[in-house]
Amino acid sequence: MKADAGLSLEFTLHGADFELAGAASSKIKRILQQVGVKSDVIRRIAISSYEAEMNVIIHAYHGEMRVSIYPNRTEITIEDEGPGIPDIKLAMQEGYSTASDHIRELGFGAGMGLPNIARCCDAFEITSEVGKGTRIYMMILH
Amino acid sequence: MRLIAERCKGCVNCIKHCPTEAIRIRGGKARITESRCIDCGECIRRCPNHAKTAVTDCLEHIKQYPFNVALPAPSLYGQFNSDVTIEKILESLLQVGFDTVFEVALGADIVSRAIAEYLKRPDIKRPAISSACPAVVRLVQVQFPELIDHLIPIDAPVEVSTRIARDEAVKRTGLAPENIGVWFITPCPAKMTTVKQPLGSETSNISGAIGISEIYGDLLRAFPDCNGGQKLRRASPAGIGWALSGGEVSAVQAAKALVVNEIESVNGVLEQVALGKLKEVEYIECLSCAGGCIGGPLTVESRFVAQYRMQQRVDGKMNPDAIGNLSVNVDYAAVLGGDERRVIEPRPVMRLDEDISRALYKVEVMEDTLKRLPGLDCGSCGSPNCKALAEDIAQGTACETDCLFKLREKVRDLAREMVEVADRLPPPLVKQSGDES
Ligand code: SF4
Ligand code: SF4
Repeated sequence: MKADAGLSLEFTLHGADFELAGAASSKIKRILQQVGVKSDVIRRIAISSYEAEMNVIIHAYHGEMRVSIYPNRTEITIEDEGPGIPDIKLAMQEGYSTASDHIRELGFGAGMGLPNIARCCDAFEITSEVGKGTRIYMMILH
Repeated sequence: MRLIAERCKGCVNCIKHCPTEAIRIRGGKARITESRCIDCGECIRRCPNHAKTAVTDCLEHIKQYPFNVALPAPSLYGQFNSDVTIEKILESLLQVGFDTVFEVALGADIVSRAIAEYLKRPDIKRPAISSACPAVVRLVQVQFPELIDHLIPIDAPVEVSTRIARDEAVKRTGLAPENIGVWFITPCPAKMTTVKQPLGSETSNISGAIGISEIYGDLLRAFPDCNGGQKLRRASPAGIGWALSGGEVSAVQAAKALVVNEIESVNGVLEQVALGKLKEVEYIECLSCAGGCIGGPLTVESRFVAQYRMQQRVDGKMNPDAIGNLSVNVDYAAVLGGDERRVIEPRPVMRLDEDISRALYKVEVMEDTLKRLPGLDCGSCGSPNCKALAEDIAQGTACETDCLFKLREKVRDLAREMVEVADRLPPPLVKQSGDES
């Protein structure tokens, strides 16, 4: 590892694979603990990576999650192939959700995901193309 | 937690079940990294050779004090047949040498009321997590430091009982507080360690703790001499119910409460809380032992049998007239330990290095190593699983050939190399057949 290269991790996410839901976030959390990042920062990273991971599993077909951990920050990029989000502004509103009733019954898709992520991050970007997929970038300072 | 080395066969049963991966087998014997140990007693339970024990006090030790109070944990009552009344159990404690008894269940009664009050506060972090089980508190410190603020800042029933019992004994005997021995009759080593390294309060008021299994035989022998005739103060069935998983919640009468027991499951639920879920839950009762304290590693009876008996007692089927006179006049703030309490600190023992860059480097080594390991998690290397071995390698306390499969690979490669080298012997040294003649 070079001085500022950071540590990179990659995860492949599969839509509708609820058995593995949260596995990537758990692993990220464990590594951050091993690295010695402060616990409140870990919490913010864990919550946002979990929400983003769940978004892919609930809404998309397939996704890639790339995590880079540097001494002073963590960056996470998630790109998925999926239906995309037609109106990002709307999706960023609390309580807005396109999840089916079935998903809601499972306790997900309450429409808090994206706003929750945005709240936890120091930098947050989202781009989406309907019919193709969504890309989320988040950065949290340590 | 102590190891009886002669008994340990290095069978890896204990390392496989330690929730914080605190145990390794080195030199054929189990070794515990103290800083990671949360004293849940899982290794005691899992060791087929009874090589793990908890350091507890014994009856001998009480002789150093002129006056001694026994503090029986409610789980003690589940250890005996239902025809042995609680009165009789309390009397047997007097019989074996204590001067007086004070039920921890009485402390639980007081704590239940305090928690009920606490839960009404609008400003607290929810879900509030019970802090009664010291192993759970330690798990939070080690694995979920971000949840420390969720722990209920009220001392455990045993601490509360100790304060009242010592005060009462001082008044009764005129002795100085330090001349009074207050002994907890405990179901678990977690509470034992609390005595030595207290969690919430600055110093523990308890003089020592005696494991239930340690004193069990003495009590059994004392029963014939007890007739249950002494009028001893008694806790309510609700206080006694704290020994059972779910007992705390029903004593506190918390709405929207979640009950979880057994350390693995506690781990799982806390993980959910840490992810920001379960926000609508008011109160989580977490107990490290399966079934609650009746399943404590220092208990004697099968926890199912104990559970049945406890339930009988809690339901008031036993001694219907000895019920619930909480006749202690106490200054709540003082006994609940509000002032003395120290903040519970995180214990970041999972981190690989003080220096963040070096820690990152070690994680990278770990991840690389992990890819090369077979992923069978067999434990033969002395680490609980491949991931832990990779961590040990990154930390420099183990090497790749500790893995049997890696070793075999290496031996095979070496053997191949040897054959190759042998074939490459310089021609003059190769004996020709017929040279001898
Ligand atoms: S369970 Fe642990 S302590 Fe018991 S014999 Fe096996 S390795 Fe030794
Ligand atoms: S559940 Fe009870 S017996 Fe078990 S470790 Fe916790 S306090 Fe001790």
